[in-house]
Amino acid sequence: MKKQTVAALTAGLLIAGSALANHKATDSTPAEDLKLYRDYFMKKFPGVPLNEFQNGVYAIDKVSRDSWEAIEEFPPYEPMIEDGEEMWNTPFKNGKTYADCFPDGPAQRKNYPHWDAKRGMVVTLPMAVNECRVKNGEKPLKWAKGPITRILAYMAYESRGQKTNVVIPEGDAAALAAYNDGKSFYFARRGQLNFSCASCHVESAGQHIRADILSPALGQTTGWPVYRSKWGELGTLHRRFKGCNKQVRARPFKPQGRQYRNLEYFLTHMSNGIEFNGPSARK
Amino acid sequence: MAKSSIKIRAKEKGGVVTLKTLITHPMESGLRKNKKTGKLIPAHFIEEVTCEANGKKVFVAEMSGGVSKNPYLSFKFTGAHKGDEVKLSWVDNQGGSDSATAKIR
Repeated sequence: MKKQTVAALTAGLLIAGSALANHKATDSTPAEDLKLYRDYFMKKFPGVPLNEFQNGVYAIDKVSRDSWEAIEEFPPYEPMIEDGEEMWNTPFKNGKTYADCFPDGPAQRKNYPHWDAKRGMVVTLPMAVNECRVKNGEKPLKWAKGPITRILAYMAYESRGQKTNVVIPEGDAAALAAYNDGKSFYFARRGQLNFSCASCHVESAGQHIRADILSPALGQTTGWPVYRSKWGELGTLHRRFKGCNKQVRARPFKPQGRQYRNLEYFLTHMSNGIEFNGPSARK
Repeated sequence: MAKSSIKIRAKEKGGVVTLKTLITHPMESGLRKNKKTGKLIPAHFIEEVTCEANGKKVFVAEMSGGVSKNPYLSFKFTGAHKGDEVKLSWVDNQGGSDSATAKIR
């Protein structure tokens, strides 16, 4: 995949006062990106504490926050956490359980996504869950919705409060390439509507798009899986990536394929320091 | 023990009990089609929800296919106090039913 010019990053970095025209993905390090990104959103939404960005649009809009708080009082995903706990505790046909794959328990969120140097790829939590299943003779679950969201909801719930801490290992060129691949994807325009992720979630964060308000990209990865009222059920992050791509009339990619895994790697890194708070409810 | 489809939270304040419940149920309207076969998915929805407090009916809701999946209800009633038992039951159009009890906090 060619390196894309990050024109949207240019528009968003007026605080630096410098025109970053034709900025390439490799022109800034992950640490520099993180600082720029955070500074941009903290300035765009003054008074919102860093961790509060974990609540997306509800961190920046009072009216929808009131509805959201009412929903969170007795959340629609509660039975699904219990279903996930049951899945966690139910042995596979071979007698082993998920605990055998994750000996330190279900609170795994802080460990994903991470760069697996040996395999040369980004590994996500849903991948690890399905690899555990296959290793123990079970069928892998579908990636976007259904039973996988139950066990992910349970693991996310148990992980609440853990801080996002995605590391791009120093000196690992392949890891950096995956991060930059995700970064390029994020800022690349695509689809008939010719929008990039950044068009909505960086440049236009907080603005209306028809009846919705665009959430800021900062903190967007913390609350997954998400119960979206629109879906009437839980969905995974990659399900949403697909939906976002389809919305701009771009070809969606496969959940847990290389593009979305690298995108998740970049995007989660940008929320480093913010606590995980899945599962969560959204409109 | 089979898992209940009903979750209840009941609180009493100043003589008024506020009961919130989340019921797990597909609530199929009967108008949706199976995307693969093209056939209509049969209607399967709760028709009536009843709540009793101390053996007395305090709430009845008649529902139809117009109510979404996993209905959430919140209602208030008087005449019951902390520690009393409430019982919530539902019956659906396919003859299914479930009930659950909880203590008012």
